[in-house]
Amino acid sequence: MSKTLNVSISPHIRSRETTATIMADVIIALVPSIAVGVWVFGARAFAITVLSVVSCVLSEYLYEKLLKKPVTVTDLSAVVTGLILAVNLYSTAPWWLPVLGGAFAIIVVKMLYGGLGQNFMNPALAARCFLLLSFSRIMTDYPKLDGVSSPTPLVLAKQGEVVPVRDLLLGTHSGTIGETSAVAIIIGFIYLCARGIIKPREPLSVILSTGVFVTMFSLIQGNPITLNYLAVQMLGGGMLLGAVFMASDYATTPVTPWGQVIFGCCVGFITALIRCVGGGTEGVSYAIIISNLLTPFIEKLTAPKPFGPRKERAAK
Amino acid sequence: MFAKTFTGGVHPKDKKQLSENAQTVRLEAKGDLVYLMNQHIGAPAKPLVKAGDRVLLGQKIAEAGGFVSASVASSVSGTVKSVSLHITQSGDEAMAITVENDNEYEAVPGLGEPRDYEKMSKEEIRAAISSAGIVGMGGAGFPTAVKVTVKDDSKIDYVICNGAECEPYITCDYRLMLERPADAVTGMKILLKLFEKAAGVFGIEDNKPAGIASVAKACEGSERITVMPLKKKYPQGGERMLIKAVTGRKINSAMLPADAGCVVVNYSTLIAIAEAVTKNIPLIRRVVTVTGDAVKEPSNFDVPIGISAQELIDAAGGYIQEPEKLIFGGPMMGAAVYTADLPITKTSSCILAMSRDEAAGLEPAACIRCGKCLYACPEHLMPILLKNTADAGKYKEFEEAHGLECIGCGCCTYVCPAKRRLSQTITMAKKYVLAEKKKGAAK
Repeated sequence: MSKTLNVSISPHIRSRETTATIMADVIIALVPSIAVGVWVFGARAFAITVLSVVSCVLSEYLYEKLLKKPVTVTDLSAVVTGLILAVNLYSTAPWWLPVLGGAFAIIVVKMLYGGLGQNFMNPALAARCFLLLSFSRIMTDYPKLDGVSSPTPLVLAKQGEVVPVRDLLLGTHSGTIGETSAVAIIIGFIYLCARGIIKPREPLSVILSTGVFVTMFSLIQGNPITLNYLAVQMLGGGMLLGAVFMASDYATTPVTPWGQVIFGCCVGFITALIRCVGGGTEGVSYAIIISNLLTPFIEKLTAPKPFGPRKERAAK
Repeated sequence: MFAKTFTGGVHPKDKKQLSENAQTVRLEAKGDLVYLMNQHIGAPAKPLVKAGDRVLLGQKIAEAGGFVSASVASSVSGTVKSVSLHITQSGDEAMAITVENDNEYEAVPGLGEPRDYEKMSKEEIRAAISSAGIVGMGGAGFPTAVKVTVKDDSKIDYVICNGAECEPYITCDYRLMLERPADAVTGMKILLKLFEKAAGVFGIEDNKPAGIASVAKACEGSERITVMPLKKKYPQGGERMLIKAVTGRKINSAMLPADAGCVVVNYSTLIAIAEAVTKNIPLIRRVVTVTGDAVKEPSNFDVPIGISAQELIDAAGGYIQEPEKLIFGGPMMGAAVYTADLPITKTSSCILAMSRDEAAGLEPAACIRCGKCLYACPEHLMPILLKNTADAGKYKEFEEAHGLECIGCGCCTYVCPAKRRLSQTITMAKKYVLAEKKKGAAK
């Protein structure tokens, strides 16, 4: 025999799935939302998205080059961060906003904490909150539709107005690039679940618990509850987008099945708190990054029970 | 009805079509035969012969070296060449008896003499199984005589035949389901005689419908024996997973199947039991699958134990492509070896030659915390956490996270998208912890 045989420990076969294929699936799932964003808000939305992605990928590349670390941009995770940041921005943002946001997300939130999988807050969301606090005027400058300034559905609902559910589903209303169309996000959600990338339990527990807690707070405060109001709370604004693409983030949410449900309920509770008790209209981003901090504890509490009876384990 | 199963597990491509239609072919050894003394779990067997002795077909050449041990019989007649160390699949060395085949096949007196198991007492049946040197032929190699000796026979309510054959590629049990179902049913009836209150269940994965039909036909008329189709999922043939699927009962690492009222025996082993009890033939032959994309004609061979694996590969037409990896056993738990010049043992179910090694060269990347290892683990552990504790050398935390419950099935490594070597690290840490415990106990 001329060639030497390889010897390694079993298993000798591996699944085809890699980090890059998972990230590619997330990118595919984001396409419908971005497409609706470009359709509703025009080419500028596309430009913002491209800038955000380029900023994220370049930041990761340069950081790793400068520190002489292996370059990992081919795992596509920076592209996903860039896209998620972009769908969270208004199309009216100046060009430097996504560039600054992308650099902050990758360098400060992701790389400084050890890179992929080590960050404890969702990079795109942390960047969004950083931008929101630093440049609040620009970040709340929602775009005009057909030349008319129209508030986002959540703002309208807060003012006690009725929002047509058809607009919520199709996305023909004001909002950030990717958050407006419930249908587009749900298509992405179904794709991710079908591909086994995420489990439905996390997004569903976020959305349902938000509905429950909003109802609860409203009842306590004696505010009237209408079906339309609830629909806007559960489908409008950043809710769906956050639930599907950010509350299901691998690195910053629990890996345990029950942990994911508890995490979702935490997000729902904090969102309802911000919207009903605090003065805010949105709140999902903050709710998610605050809940991110609880992830290690939730995971510890919900560690799966090993197979078989608890008594008399191998400790003999 | 849905096929029964367990939670967790993975779905690798089974690749059984390579060899599943190849009729079993009987091979005799051309070269010397090497009988390793550690073909089973437990104490090594003790050689009874020395260099120069003449041995006969079926003659006991090594006796059990302890309670958990098994004897070894010669599968040919000939002359003992040496009793010395020989390399094994794991790369270690072990004591082995080498016999030069004289091609006479002169048998020991009484070999093949028919016996009626229905007239035999339980003691006689157990003695027959013990002196035949039968061990679990699915891979683990636990001595069967020990397995069927339980504290209270009446507490056993299930005798489960493990016909899952959940490892990809392997088809030796499947071929025996088609070719010798009656012998397996006889083996089952013998065990049911030992455990008078038990029901006999053949658990077979549903990717083998012909095997299920064949065994079911052979079971007709035997009220206590049924065939249960199981879902095709790796590791369905893991003992704990199989017991869960068939009975709904769960055991942990500190328990034996008997604690859940079960005795679990592999399909090939049942046939060996039937041969030993009804024909007085010790375990001297077994069926081995030779397969993989590097092999010319994937085959199933009925071979004498001790034959060199190289002879099997030659009989399968040799290689059509240079293999990059040669595996004893299946691709999920089998041992990669660096030479084919190794003897077939009682537990060798498969010789797998792959033209491309798709696993060893993969560079592990950072964990993305996708949780897939968690969902795949049939033991419901957190492989991600176990690897982290093991890498950090925190063995106490490793134990507290139930690392010793790991069955080493490899599902976590198989699914990991970042190609991390989870099960490899966990298995090593487990071995280390168990060795430390043994040291502590010795002091």
